[in-house]
Amino acid sequence: MSAPLTGSRPDFATIAQWVAEGARVLDLGCGDGTLLRFLRDTRNATGYGVDISDENVLASVGNGVNVIQSDLEAGLSGFESGSFDYVILSQTLQAMKHTERLLNEILRVGREGIVTFPNFGYWRVRAQLVAGRMPVSRELPYQWYDTPNIHLFTIRDFETFCRGHALRILDRVVLTDGQPVSVAPNLFGSLAFYRLDHAPGANPIQP
Amino acid sequence: MSAATKSRGFVGVVTPQDMTFDVPLELRSGAVMPAYTLRYETYGTLNETRTNAVLVCHALNASHHVAGMYADDPKNIGWWDNLIGPGKPVDTDRFFVIGVNNLGGCHGSTGPASRNPATGRPWGADFPLVTVEDWVEAQRRLADRLGIERFAAVVGGSLGAMQALQWSISFPDRVRNALVIAAAPRLSAQNIAFNEVARQAIMTDPDYHGGDYYAHDVVPRRGLRLARMLGHITYLSDDSMAEKFGRDLREGKLNFGFDVEFEIESYLRYQGDKFSTYFDANTYLRITKALDYFDPAMAHGGDLAAALAPATAGFLVISFTSDWRFPPSRSREIVKALLDNSHDVSYAEIDAPHGHDAFLMDDPRYHGVIAAYMGNIAT
Repeated sequence: MSAPLTGSRPDFATIAQWVAEGARVLDLGCGDGTLLRFLRDTRNATGYGVDISDENVLASVGNGVNVIQSDLEAGLSGFESGSFDYVILSQTLQAMKHTERLLNEILRVGREGIVTFPNFGYWRVRAQLVAGRMPVSRELPYQWYDTPNIHLFTIRDFETFCRGHALRILDRVVLTDGQPVSVAPNLFGSLAFYRLDHAPGANPIQP
Repeated sequence: MSAATKSRGFVGVVTPQDMTFDVPLELRSGAVMPAYTLRYETYGTLNETRTNAVLVCHALNASHHVAGMYADDPKNIGWWDNLIGPGKPVDTDRFFVIGVNNLGGCHGSTGPASRNPATGRPWGADFPLVTVEDWVEAQRRLADRLGIERFAAVVGGSLGAMQALQWSISFPDRVRNALVIAAAPRLSAQNIAFNEVARQAIMTDPDYHGGDYYAHDVVPRRGLRLARMLGHITYLSDDSMAEKFGRDLREGKLNFGFDVEFEIESYLRYQGDKFSTYFDANTYLRITKALDYFDPAMAHGGDLAAALAPATAGFLVISFTSDWRFPPSRSREIVKALLDNSHDVSYAEIDAPHGHDAFLMDDPRYHGVIAAYMGNIAT
Protein backbone atom coordinates (compact mmCIF):
# COMPACT_ATOMS: atom_id res chain seq x y z
CA MET A 1 0.00 0.00 0.00
CA SER A 2 1.12 3.54 -0.67
CA ALA A 3 2.47 5.53 2.24
CA PRO A 4 0.35 8.51 3.37
CA LEU A 5 1.42 11.97 2.22
CA THR A 6 3.22 13.94 4.86
CA GLY A 7 1.81 17.46 4.69
CA SER A 8 1.82 19.68 1.62
CA ARG A 9 5.14 21.01 0.45
CA PRO A 10 5.02 24.70 -0.57
CA ASP A 11 6.33 23.92 -4.04
CA PHE A 12 3.60 21.29 -4.53
CA ALA A 13 0.94 23.70 -3.26
CA THR A 14 2.18 26.40 -5.66
CA ILE A 15 1.82 24.05 -8.62
CA ALA A 16 -1.49 22.64 -7.38
CA GLN A 17 -3.13 26.09 -7.19
CA TRP A 18 -2.72 26.39 -10.98
CA VAL A 19 -4.09 22.93 -11.74
CA ALA A 20 -7.83 22.88 -12.36
CA GLU A 21 -9.99 20.26 -10.67
CA GLY A 22 -9.96 16.98 -12.60
CA ALA A 23 -7.25 18.15 -15.01
CA ARG A 24 -5.08 15.86 -17.09
CA VAL A 25 -1.42 16.35 -16.27
CA LEU A 26 1.89 15.05 -17.53
CA ASP A 27 4.75 15.38 -15.05
CA LEU A 28 8.13 15.29 -16.81
CA GLY A 29 10.97 14.12 -14.61
CA CYS A 30 8.41 12.96 -12.07
CA GLY A 31 10.92 11.55 -9.56
CA ASP A 32 9.20 9.28 -7.06
CA GLY A 33 5.74 10.41 -8.19
CA THR A 34 4.78 12.32 -5.03
CA LEU A 35 3.79 15.48 -6.94
CA LEU A 36 1.46 13.47 -9.18
CA ARG A 37 0.01 11.77 -6.14
CA PHE A 38 -0.45 15.14 -4.48
CA LEU A 39 -2.26 16.48 -7.55
CA ARG A 40 -4.41 13.36 -7.70
CA ASP A 41 -5.32 13.58 -4.03
CA THR A 42 -5.88 17.36 -3.88
CA ARG A 43 -7.09 18.22 -7.42
CA ASN A 44 -8.48 14.89 -8.67
CA ALA A 45 -5.94 15.19 -11.44
CA THR A 46 -5.20 12.20 -13.67
CA GLY A 47 -2.24 11.57 -15.90
CA TYR A 48 1.26 10.23 -16.06
CA GLY A 49 4.77 10.81 -14.88
CA VAL A 50 7.79 10.39 -17.09
CA ASP A 51 11.20 9.51 -15.72
CA ILE A 52 14.34 7.87 -17.03
CA SER A 53 15.75 6.36 -13.83
CA ASP A 54 14.99 2.82 -12.65
CA GLU A 55 14.78 3.98 -9.02
CA ASN A 56 12.23 6.69 -9.79
CA VAL A 57 10.11 4.41 -11.95
CA LEU A 58 10.06 1.84 -9.15
CA ALA A 59 9.21 4.49 -6.54
CA SER A 60 6.44 5.95 -8.72
CA VAL A 61 4.89 2.52 -9.30
CA GLY A 62 5.10 2.01 -5.53
CA ASN A 63 3.36 5.36 -5.06
CA GLY A 64 0.50 4.08 -7.18
CA VAL A 65 0.85 6.64 -9.99
CA ASN A 66 1.20 5.98 -13.70
CA VAL A 67 4.80 6.34 -14.82
CA ILE A 68 6.40 5.90 -18.23
CA GLN A 69 10.11 5.14 -18.31
CA SER A 70 11.48 7.31 -21.07
CA ASP A 71 14.27 9.75 -21.92
CA LEU A 72 12.95 13.31 -22.14
CA GLU A 73 15.89 14.25 -24.35
CA ALA A 74 14.37 11.98 -27.00
CA GLY A 75 11.23 14.15 -27.05
CA LEU A 76 7.61 13.29 -26.28
CA SER A 77 6.76 11.39 -29.44
CA GLY A 78 4.77 8.88 -27.39
CA PHE A 79 2.25 11.59 -26.52
CA GLU A 80 -0.34 13.06 -28.85
CA SER A 81 -0.59 16.82 -29.40
CA GLY A 82 -2.93 18.59 -27.02
CA SER A 83 -3.54 15.47 -24.92
CA PHE A 84 -2.92 17.16 -21.54
CA ASP A 85 -4.21 20.24 -19.77
CA TYR A 86 -0.86 20.83 -18.12
CA VAL A 87 2.61 19.53 -18.74
CA ILE A 88 4.77 20.02 -15.66
CA LEU A 89 8.53 20.31 -15.70
CA SER A 90 9.50 20.63 -12.05
CA GLN A 91 13.14 21.52 -11.37
CA THR A 92 14.26 19.56 -14.41
CA LEU A 93 14.84 22.14 -17.17
CA GLN A 94 18.29 23.02 -15.86
CA ALA A 95 19.37 19.40 -16.37
CA MET A 96 18.19 19.11 -19.97
CA LYS A 97 20.41 19.30 -23.02
CA HIS A 98 17.74 20.32 -25.56
CA THR A 99 16.02 23.21 -23.77
CA GLU A 100 14.24 24.72 -26.75
CA ARG A 101 13.04 21.43 -28.17
CA LEU A 102 11.68 20.31 -24.81
CA LEU A 103 9.75 23.54 -24.18
CA ASN A 104 8.33 23.23 -27.68
CA GLU A 105 7.27 19.66 -26.96
CA ILE A 106 5.70 20.68 -23.66
CA LEU A 107 3.43 23.16 -25.38
CA ARG A 108 2.68 20.78 -28.22
CA VAL A 109 1.48 18.04 -25.85
CA GLY A 110 -0.07 20.32 -23.21
CA ARG A 111 -2.43 23.24 -23.35
CA GLU A 112 -0.25 24.97 -20.77
CA GLY A 113 3.18 24.32 -19.35
CA ILE A 114 4.19 24.64 -15.70
CA VAL A 115 7.95 25.09 -15.38
CA THR A 116 9.83 25.43 -12.13
CA PHE A 117 13.57 25.91 -11.63
CA PRO A 118 16.20 26.97 -9.08
CA ASN A 119 17.03 30.65 -9.64
CA PHE A 120 20.74 31.04 -10.28
CA GLY A 121 20.36 34.77 -9.60
CA TYR A 122 19.47 34.18 -5.92
CA TRP A 123 21.76 36.24 -3.72
CA ARG A 124 23.11 33.27 -1.79
CA VAL A 125 24.09 31.70 -5.11
CA ARG A 126 25.70 34.94 -6.21
CA ALA A 127 27.51 35.25 -2.87
CA GLN A 128 29.09 31.83 -3.26
CA LEU A 129 30.24 32.75 -6.76
CA VAL A 130 31.67 36.03 -5.46
CA ALA A 131 33.50 34.00 -2.82
CA GLY A 132 34.97 32.04 -5.69
CA ARG A 133 33.05 28.77 -5.25
CA MET A 134 30.43 27.01 -7.34
CA PRO A 135 27.14 27.40 -5.46
CA VAL A 136 25.74 24.56 -3.37
CA SER A 137 22.30 25.03 -1.81
CA ARG A 138 19.07 23.19 -1.02
CA GLU A 139 17.87 23.74 -4.58
CA LEU A 140 21.31 23.07 -6.05
CA PRO A 141 22.60 20.31 -3.79
CA TYR A 142 25.36 19.01 -6.06
CA GLN A 143 29.08 19.59 -6.27
CA TRP A 144 30.44 20.97 -9.53
CA TYR A 145 31.83 17.56 -10.48
CA ASP A 146 28.71 15.47 -9.92
CA THR A 147 25.90 17.85 -10.85
CA PRO A 148 23.32 16.82 -13.45
CA ASN A 149 22.60 20.53 -13.96
CA ILE A 150 24.10 21.67 -17.23
CA HIS A 151 21.96 24.73 -18.01
CA LEU A 152 21.79 26.94 -14.93
CA PHE A 153 19.93 30.20 -15.45
CA THR A 154 18.26 33.09 -13.66
CA ILE A 155 14.72 34.41 -13.54
CA ARG A 156 15.76 37.25 -15.84
CA ASP A 157 17.35 34.76 -18.28
CA PHE A 158 14.17 32.71 -18.41
CA GLU A 159 11.89 35.68 -19.01
CA THR A 160 14.18 36.94 -21.76
CA PHE A 161 14.06 33.46 -23.27
CA CYS A 162 10.25 33.41 -23.14
CA ARG A 163 10.00 36.80 -24.89
CA GLY A 164 12.43 35.66 -27.58
CA HIS A 165 10.55 32.39 -28.15
CA ALA A 166 6.95 33.66 -28.20
CA LEU A 167 6.13 32.01 -24.88
CA ARG A 168 3.45 33.83 -22.89
CA ILE A 169 3.90 33.93 -19.12
CA LEU A 170 0.45 33.45 -17.58
CA ASP A 171 1.55 33.32 -13.96
CA ARG A 172 4.69 33.55 -11.91
CA VAL A 173 5.43 32.69 -8.28
CA VAL A 174 8.85 33.03 -6.66
CA LEU A 175 9.60 31.37 -3.32
CA THR A 176 12.39 31.40 -0.79
CA ASP A 177 12.15 28.92 2.07
CA GLY A 178 8.55 28.32 1.06
CA GLN A 179 7.61 32.00 1.39
CA PRO A 180 6.54 34.17 -1.58
CA VAL A 181 9.04 36.80 -2.71
CA SER A 182 7.71 39.97 -4.36
CA VAL A 183 10.60 42.42 -4.06
CA ALA A 184 13.49 41.90 -6.52
CA PRO A 185 12.67 38.20 -7.08
CA ASN A 186 15.74 37.59 -9.24
CA LEU A 187 17.88 38.53 -6.24
CA PHE A 188 15.80 37.27 -3.32
CA GLY A 189 14.01 34.25 -4.82
CA SER A 190 15.50 30.77 -4.75
CA LEU A 191 12.80 28.85 -6.61
CA ALA A 192 10.75 30.13 -9.58
CA PHE A 193 7.40 28.83 -10.87
CA TYR A 194 5.92 29.74 -14.23
CA ARG A 195 2.69 28.91 -16.00
CA LEU A 196 3.14 29.31 -19.75
CA ASP A 197 1.42 28.95 -23.06
CA HIS A 198 2.16 29.95 -26.62
CA ALA A 199 1.79 33.69 -27.26
CA PRO A 200 -1.36 34.10 -29.41
CA GLY A 201 -0.60 33.75 -33.10
CA ALA A 202 2.92 32.59 -32.37
CA ASN A 203 4.62 29.84 -34.30
CA PRO A 204 6.19 27.00 -32.35
CA ILE A 205 9.74 27.56 -31.21
CA GLN A 206 12.25 26.92 -33.97
CA PRO A 207 15.10 25.05 -32.32
CA MET B 1 17.71 -25.74 -5.94
CA SER B 2 18.68 -26.39 -2.32
CA ALA B 3 16.20 -27.20 0.40
CA ALA B 4 16.92 -23.84 2.06
CA THR B 5 15.96 -21.74 -0.98
CA LYS B 6 12.92 -23.92 -1.51
CA SER B 7 11.38 -23.36 1.88
CA ARG B 8 11.43 -19.55 1.75
CA GLY B 9 8.95 -18.16 -0.75
CA PHE B 10 8.34 -21.56 -2.24
CA VAL B 11 4.78 -22.75 -2.81
CA GLY B 12 5.95 -26.32 -2.24
CA VAL B 13 4.27 -29.43 -3.61
CA VAL B 14 1.50 -28.74 -6.09
CA THR B 15 -1.01 -30.96 -7.83
CA PRO B 16 -2.44 -30.24 -11.25
CA GLN B 17 -6.18 -30.44 -11.74
CA ASP B 18 -8.38 -31.04 -14.78
CA MET B 19 -11.59 -29.24 -15.71
CA THR B 20 -13.70 -30.70 -18.50
CA PHE B 21 -16.01 -28.57 -20.63
CA ASP B 22 -18.80 -30.03 -22.73
CA VAL B 23 -20.31 -26.83 -24.09
CA PRO B 24 -18.89 -26.62 -27.64
CA LEU B 25 -16.32 -23.88 -28.17
CA GLU B 26 -16.50 -22.13 -31.52
CA LEU B 27 -13.03 -21.06 -32.54
CA ARG B 28 -11.99 -18.00 -34.50
CA SER B 29 -11.30 -20.25 -37.50
CA GLY B 30 -14.93 -21.37 -37.50
CA ALA B 31 -14.02 -24.86 -36.29
CA VAL B 32 -15.79 -26.13 -33.18
CA MET B 33 -14.29 -28.00 -30.23
CA PRO B 34 -17.20 -30.17 -29.06
CA ALA B 35 -15.65 -30.83 -25.65
CA TYR B 36 -12.27 -30.31 -24.11
CA THR B 37 -10.25 -30.50 -20.92
CA LEU B 38 -8.03 -27.80 -19.45
CA ARG B 39 -5.30 -28.72 -17.01
CA TYR B 40 -4.47 -26.09 -14.42
CA GLU B 41 -2.73 -25.49 -11.11
CA THR B 42 -3.48 -23.04 -8.33
CA TYR B 43 -1.35 -21.49 -5.59
CA GLY B 44 -2.56 -19.53 -2.59
CA THR B 45 -6.16 -19.28 -1.44
CA LEU B 46 -9.14 -17.70 -3.14
CA ASN B 47 -10.58 -15.19 -0.69
CA GLU B 48 -14.24 -15.12 0.29
CA THR B 49 -15.09 -12.23 -2.01
CA ARG B 50 -13.12 -13.91 -4.83
CA THR B 51 -11.29 -10.72 -5.61
CA ASN B 52 -7.70 -11.92 -5.30
CA ALA B 53 -7.39 -14.21 -8.32
CA VAL B 54 -4.44 -13.81 -10.68
CA LEU B 55 -4.24 -15.66 -13.99
CA VAL B 56 -0.80 -16.47 -15.37
CA CYS B 57 -0.73 -17.13 -19.11
CA HIS B 58 2.06 -19.18 -20.61
CA ALA B 59 4.20 -18.60 -23.67
CA LEU B 60 5.32 -20.96 -26.40
CA ASN B 61 6.78 -23.97 -24.65
CA ALA B 62 5.59 -23.58 -21.05
CA SER B 63 2.55 -24.96 -19.28
CA HIS B 64 0.17 -24.70 -16.34
CA HIS B 65 3.09 -25.64 -14.05
CA VAL B 66 3.99 -22.08 -13.10
CA ALA B 67 5.28 -22.55 -9.54
CA GLY B 68 6.11 -25.20 -7.00
CA MET B 69 7.15 -28.81 -7.59
CA TYR B 70 5.57 -32.21 -7.93
CA ALA B 71 5.78 -34.75 -5.12
CA ASP B 72 6.85 -37.48 -7.54
CA ASP B 73 9.13 -35.18 -9.55
CA PRO B 74 10.79 -32.69 -7.20
CA LYS B 75 13.18 -31.45 -9.90
CA ASN B 76 10.27 -30.22 -12.01
CA ILE B 77 10.02 -26.66 -10.68
CA GLY B 78 7.37 -24.34 -12.17
CA TRP B 79 8.63 -22.14 -14.99
CA TRP B 80 7.92 -18.82 -13.22
CA ASP B 81 8.71 -20.01 -9.70
CA ASN B 82 11.14 -17.12 -9.14
CA LEU B 83 8.22 -14.68 -9.46
CA ILE B 84 5.39 -16.50 -7.75
CA GLY B 85 5.20 -17.71 -4.17
CA PRO B 86 4.77 -16.57 -0.58
CA GLY B 87 6.44 -13.17 -0.22
CA LYS B 88 7.47 -13.13 -3.87
CA PRO B 89 6.51 -10.34 -6.33
CA VAL B 90 3.29 -12.19 -7.13
CA ASP B 91 2.64 -13.01 -3.51
CA THR B 92 0.63 -16.18 -2.94
CA ASP B 93 0.03 -15.08 0.65
CA ARG B 94 -2.21 -12.37 -0.87
CA PHE B 95 -3.19 -13.71 -4.27
CA PHE B 96 -4.81 -16.87 -5.57
CA VAL B 97 -2.73 -17.66 -8.64
CA ILE B 98 -3.89 -19.87 -11.50
CA GLY B 99 -1.72 -21.39 -14.21
CA VAL B 100 -3.49 -23.08 -17.12
CA ASN B 101 -2.26 -25.16 -20.05
CA ASN B 102 -3.83 -23.71 -23.16
CA LEU B 103 -6.16 -25.52 -25.52
CA GLY B 104 -4.07 -27.29 -28.15
CA GLY B 105 -1.24 -27.78 -25.66
CA CYS B 106 0.65 -30.93 -24.85
CA HIS B 107 0.81 -30.79 -21.05
CA GLY B 108 -2.56 -32.24 -20.14
CA SER B 109 -5.09 -29.96 -21.82
CA THR B 110 -6.87 -31.20 -24.92
CA GLY B 111 -4.50 -30.98 -27.86
CA PRO B 112 -3.49 -32.65 -31.12
CA ALA B 113 -2.23 -35.75 -29.29
CA SER B 114 -5.55 -36.19 -27.45
CA ARG B 115 -8.17 -38.64 -28.62
CA ASN B 116 -10.61 -37.22 -31.15
CA PRO B 117 -14.04 -38.50 -29.96
CA ALA B 118 -15.26 -38.59 -33.56
CA THR B 119 -12.62 -41.09 -34.67
CA GLY B 120 -11.29 -42.62 -31.48
CA ARG B 121 -7.78 -41.81 -32.70
CA PRO B 122 -5.49 -38.87 -31.87
CA TRP B 123 -6.62 -35.60 -33.44
CA GLY B 124 -3.30 -35.11 -35.23
CA ALA B 125 -3.65 -32.99 -38.35
CA ASP B 126 -7.39 -32.60 -37.70
CA PHE B 127 -6.89 -30.59 -34.54
CA PRO B 128 -8.01 -27.06 -35.44
CA LEU B 129 -5.79 -23.99 -35.41
CA VAL B 130 -6.32 -22.08 -32.18
CA THR B 131 -5.78 -18.37 -31.59
CA VAL B 132 -5.02 -16.12 -28.64
CA GLU B 133 -8.71 -15.10 -28.68
CA ASP B 134 -9.72 -18.77 -28.45
CA TRP B 135 -7.40 -19.36 -25.51
CA VAL B 136 -8.74 -16.35 -23.69
CA GLU B 137 -12.31 -17.53 -24.25
CA ALA B 138 -11.37 -20.97 -22.89
CA GLN B 139 -9.67 -19.36 -19.89
CA ARG B 140 -12.79 -17.26 -19.32
CA ARG B 141 -14.87 -20.42 -19.09
CA LEU B 142 -12.41 -21.84 -16.57
CA ALA B 143 -12.74 -18.62 -14.55
CA ASP B 144 -16.54 -19.01 -14.65
CA ARG B 145 -16.29 -22.53 -13.30
CA LEU B 146 -13.90 -21.43 -10.55
CA GLY B 147 -16.36 -18.69 -9.59
CA ILE B 148 -13.99 -15.84 -10.49
CA GLU B 149 -15.92 -12.91 -11.89
CA ARG B 150 -12.99 -10.54 -12.12
CA PHE B 151 -9.27 -11.19 -12.00
CA ALA B 152 -7.16 -8.93 -9.82
CA ALA B 153 -4.58 -9.34 -12.57
CA VAL B 154 -3.84 -11.30 -15.71
CA VAL B 155 -0.08 -11.73 -16.10
CA GLY B 156 1.99 -12.98 -19.00
CA GLY B 157 5.32 -12.72 -20.78
CA SER B 158 5.80 -12.91 -24.55
CA LEU B 159 2.88 -14.91 -26.00
CA GLY B 160 1.47 -14.94 -22.46
CA ALA B 161 1.49 -11.14 -22.50
CA MET B 162 -0.55 -11.21 -25.70
CA GLN B 163 -3.18 -13.20 -23.81
CA ALA B 164 -3.15 -10.63 -21.00
CA LEU B 165 -3.65 -7.90 -23.60
CA GLN B 166 -6.44 -9.87 -25.26
CA TRP B 167 -8.16 -10.38 -21.90
CA SER B 168 -8.30 -6.60 -21.43
CA ILE B 169 -9.96 -6.27 -24.85
CA SER B 170 -12.26 -9.32 -24.87
CA PHE B 171 -13.43 -9.09 -21.26
CA PRO B 172 -12.73 -5.57 -19.96
CA ASP B 173 -15.05 -6.04 -16.99
CA ARG B 174 -13.26 -9.17 -15.87
CA VAL B 175 -9.68 -7.98 -15.47
CA ARG B 176 -8.60 -5.21 -13.11
CA ASN B 177 -4.95 -5.22 -14.14
CA ALA B 178 -2.95 -6.59 -17.05
CA LEU B 179 0.78 -7.20 -16.74
CA VAL B 180 2.12 -7.23 -20.28
CA ILE B 181 5.77 -8.31 -20.26
CA ALA B 182 8.21 -8.66 -23.20
CA ALA B 183 5.33 -8.36 -25.63
CA ALA B 184 4.53 -7.13 -29.11
CA PRO B 185 1.11 -5.97 -30.32
CA ARG B 186 1.61 -8.13 -33.42
CA LEU B 187 4.46 -10.08 -34.94
CA SER B 188 6.81 -8.43 -37.41
CA ALA B 189 7.59 -10.03 -40.78
CA GLN B 190 10.91 -11.15 -39.26
CA ASN B 191 9.11 -12.79 -36.31
CA ILE B 192 6.79 -14.64 -38.69
CA ALA B 193 9.76 -15.61 -40.83
CA PHE B 194 11.45 -17.34 -37.88
CA ASN B 195 8.20 -19.15 -37.07
CA GLU B 196 7.85 -20.30 -40.67
CA VAL B 197 11.36 -21.76 -40.72
CA ALA B 198 10.55 -23.62 -37.50
CA ARG B 199 7.33 -24.97 -39.01
CA GLN B 200 9.08 -26.02 -42.20
CA ALA B 201 11.68 -27.86 -40.15
CA ILE B 202 8.90 -29.90 -38.54
CA MET B 203 6.70 -30.37 -41.58
CA THR B 204 9.52 -31.50 -43.87
CA ASP B 205 10.69 -34.10 -41.36
CA PRO B 206 9.91 -37.49 -42.93
CA ASP B 207 8.49 -38.59 -39.59
CA TYR B 208 5.86 -35.82 -39.67
CA HIS B 209 3.45 -37.84 -41.84
CA GLY B 210 1.24 -34.85 -42.55
CA GLY B 211 0.69 -34.38 -38.82
CA ASP B 212 -0.59 -37.93 -38.19
CA TYR B 213 2.69 -39.30 -36.91
CA TYR B 214 1.02 -40.77 -33.82
CA ALA B 215 -0.46 -43.55 -36.00
CA HIS B 216 3.04 -44.40 -37.21
CA ASP B 217 4.37 -44.47 -33.68
CA VAL B 218 7.06 -41.92 -34.52
CA VAL B 219 7.74 -38.27 -33.68
CA PRO B 220 9.24 -35.69 -36.09
CA ARG B 221 12.09 -35.32 -33.66
CA ARG B 222 14.62 -33.85 -36.06
CA GLY B 223 12.25 -31.10 -37.14
CA LEU B 224 11.22 -30.30 -33.59
CA ARG B 225 14.86 -30.20 -32.57
CA LEU B 226 15.72 -27.74 -35.33
CA ALA B 227 12.70 -25.61 -34.50
CA ARG B 228 13.80 -25.41 -30.89
CA MET B 229 17.41 -24.62 -31.76
CA LEU B 230 16.27 -21.79 -34.03
CA GLY B 231 13.85 -20.50 -31.41
CA HIS B 232 16.51 -20.55 -28.76
CA ILE B 233 18.77 -18.28 -30.80
CA THR B 234 16.00 -15.69 -30.89
CA TYR B 235 15.42 -15.89 -27.13
CA LEU B 236 19.01 -15.00 -26.25
CA SER B 237 20.93 -11.83 -26.99
CA ASP B 238 24.21 -11.70 -28.87
CA ASP B 239 25.81 -10.38 -25.69
CA SER B 240 24.44 -13.10 -23.44
CA MET B 241 25.58 -15.78 -25.90
CA ALA B 242 29.01 -14.18 -26.05
CA GLU B 243 29.11 -14.03 -22.27
CA LYS B 244 27.92 -17.59 -21.77
CA PHE B 245 29.71 -19.37 -24.61
CA GLY B 246 31.89 -16.99 -26.56
CA ARG B 247 33.91 -19.02 -29.04
CA ASP B 248 34.78 -21.59 -26.41
CA LEU B 249 35.69 -25.00 -27.80
CA ARG B 250 34.55 -28.19 -26.13
CA GLU B 251 37.89 -29.92 -26.49
CA GLY B 252 40.03 -26.81 -26.58
CA LYS B 253 41.01 -27.37 -30.19
CA LEU B 254 39.55 -27.50 -33.69
CA ASN B 255 38.76 -31.01 -34.91
CA PHE B 256 38.08 -30.15 -38.55
CA GLY B 257 34.83 -32.08 -38.53
CA PHE B 258 31.09 -31.60 -38.07
CA ASP B 259 30.67 -32.97 -34.59
CA VAL B 260 30.20 -30.53 -31.75
CA GLU B 261 33.20 -28.22 -31.53
CA PHE B 262 31.96 -24.90 -30.16
CA GLU B 263 30.15 -24.79 -26.81
CA ILE B 264 27.23 -22.93 -28.38
CA GLU B 265 26.69 -25.87 -30.73
CA SER B 266 26.63 -28.22 -27.80
CA TYR B 267 24.15 -26.02 -25.95
CA LEU B 268 21.76 -25.71 -28.88
CA ARG B 269 21.89 -29.44 -29.62
CA TYR B 270 21.23 -30.23 -25.97
CA GLN B 271 18.27 -27.84 -25.84
CA GLY B 272 16.90 -29.22 -29.10
CA ASP B 273 17.29 -32.84 -28.02
CA LYS B 274 15.67 -32.23 -24.66
CA PHE B 275 12.75 -30.35 -26.16
CA SER B 276 12.08 -32.97 -28.81
CA THR B 277 11.55 -35.63 -26.15
CA TYR B 278 8.66 -33.90 -24.41
CA PHE B 279 7.02 -31.39 -26.72
CA ASP B 280 4.40 -32.26 -29.31
CA ALA B 281 5.22 -31.08 -32.83
CA ASN B 282 1.58 -30.40 -33.71
CA THR B 283 1.27 -28.20 -30.64
CA TYR B 284 4.41 -26.33 -31.65
CA LEU B 285 3.01 -25.71 -35.12
CA ARG B 286 -0.25 -24.41 -33.73
CA ILE B 287 1.29 -22.15 -31.11
CA THR B 288 3.54 -20.50 -33.69
CA LYS B 289 0.44 -19.91 -35.82
CA ALA B 290 -1.37 -18.36 -32.84
CA LEU B 291 1.59 -15.99 -32.50
CA ASP B 292 1.49 -15.12 -36.20
CA TYR B 293 -2.26 -14.49 -36.15
CA PHE B 294 -2.31 -12.28 -33.05
CA ASP B 295 -3.09 -8.74 -34.21
CA PRO B 296 -5.87 -7.04 -32.26
CA ALA B 297 -5.49 -3.92 -34.39
CA MET B 298 -6.33 -5.80 -37.61
CA ALA B 299 -10.07 -5.52 -37.04
CA HIS B 300 -9.62 -1.76 -36.62
CA GLY B 301 -7.72 -1.02 -39.80
CA GLY B 302 -4.39 -1.36 -38.01
CA ASP B 303 -5.35 1.12 -35.29
CA LEU B 304 -4.11 -0.43 -32.04
CA ALA B 305 -5.51 2.42 -29.96
CA ALA B 306 -8.98 1.67 -31.35
CA ALA B 307 -8.48 -2.02 -30.51
CA LEU B 308 -7.58 -1.15 -26.92
CA ALA B 309 -10.35 1.41 -26.49
CA PRO B 310 -12.70 -0.99 -24.65
CA ALA B 311 -10.06 -1.89 -22.03
CA THR B 312 -10.66 -0.66 -18.49
CA ALA B 313 -7.78 -2.43 -16.75
CA GLY B 314 -4.72 -0.79 -15.34
CA PHE B 315 -1.64 -1.85 -17.28
CA LEU B 316 1.94 -2.55 -16.36
CA VAL B 317 4.04 -2.92 -19.50
CA ILE B 318 7.64 -4.11 -19.16
CA SER B 319 10.28 -4.58 -21.85
CA PHE B 320 13.96 -5.52 -21.85
CA THR B 321 16.62 -3.54 -23.70
CA SER B 322 18.46 -6.58 -25.09
CA ASP B 323 15.29 -8.33 -26.33
CA TRP B 324 15.59 -8.29 -30.13
CA ARG B 325 12.67 -10.67 -30.66
CA PHE B 326 10.16 -8.24 -29.12
CA PRO B 327 12.33 -5.15 -28.52
CA PRO B 328 11.26 -2.18 -26.34
CA SER B 329 9.98 -0.34 -29.42
CA ARG B 330 7.23 -2.99 -29.72
CA SER B 331 6.18 -2.47 -26.09
CA ARG B 332 6.19 1.26 -26.66
CA GLU B 333 3.62 0.72 -29.44
CA ILE B 334 1.36 -0.83 -26.81
CA VAL B 335 2.08 1.97 -24.33
CA LYS B 336 1.34 4.61 -26.98
CA ALA B 337 -2.01 2.99 -27.80
CA LEU B 338 -2.90 2.91 -24.09
CA LEU B 339 -1.84 6.55 -23.61
CA ASP B 340 -3.95 7.56 -26.61
CA ASN B 341 -6.92 6.09 -24.74
CA SER B 342 -5.94 7.76 -21.44
CA HIS B 343 -5.85 4.30 -19.89
CA ASP B 344 -3.92 3.77 -16.67
CA VAL B 345 -0.49 2.47 -17.65
CA SER B 346 3.00 2.30 -16.26
CA TYR B 347 5.93 1.30 -18.41
CA ALA B 348 9.34 0.06 -17.30
CA GLU B 349 12.20 -0.57 -19.70
CA ILE B 350 14.62 -2.89 -17.93
CA ASP B 351 18.27 -2.70 -18.93
CA ALA B 352 18.92 -6.45 -18.83
CA PRO B 353 21.40 -8.44 -20.92
CA HIS B 354 19.48 -11.71 -21.34
CA GLY B 355 17.48 -10.98 -24.47
CA HIS B 356 13.86 -12.13 -24.75
CA ASP B 357 14.41 -14.72 -22.00
CA ALA B 358 14.98 -11.87 -19.53
CA PHE B 359 11.30 -12.09 -18.61
CA LEU B 360 12.02 -15.46 -16.99
CA MET B 361 15.05 -14.22 -15.06
CA ASP B 362 15.30 -13.13 -11.46
CA ASP B 363 16.35 -9.49 -11.99
CA PRO B 364 15.86 -7.25 -8.93
CA ARG B 365 14.81 -4.17 -10.97
CA TYR B 366 12.31 -6.19 -12.99
CA HIS B 367 10.90 -8.11 -10.04
CA GLY B 368 10.95 -4.94 -7.94
CA VAL B 369 8.59 -3.15 -10.35
CA ILE B 370 6.22 -6.14 -10.41
CA ALA B 371 6.27 -6.39 -6.62
CA ALA B 372 5.53 -2.65 -6.28
CA TYR B 373 2.69 -2.84 -8.80
CA MET B 374 1.13 -5.99 -7.36
CA GLY B 375 1.51 -4.53 -3.86
CA ASN B 376 -0.87 -1.70 -4.80
CA ILE B 377 -3.57 -4.03 -6.09
CA ALA B 378 -6.29 -4.25 -3.48
CA THR B 379 -7.58 -7.70 -2.68
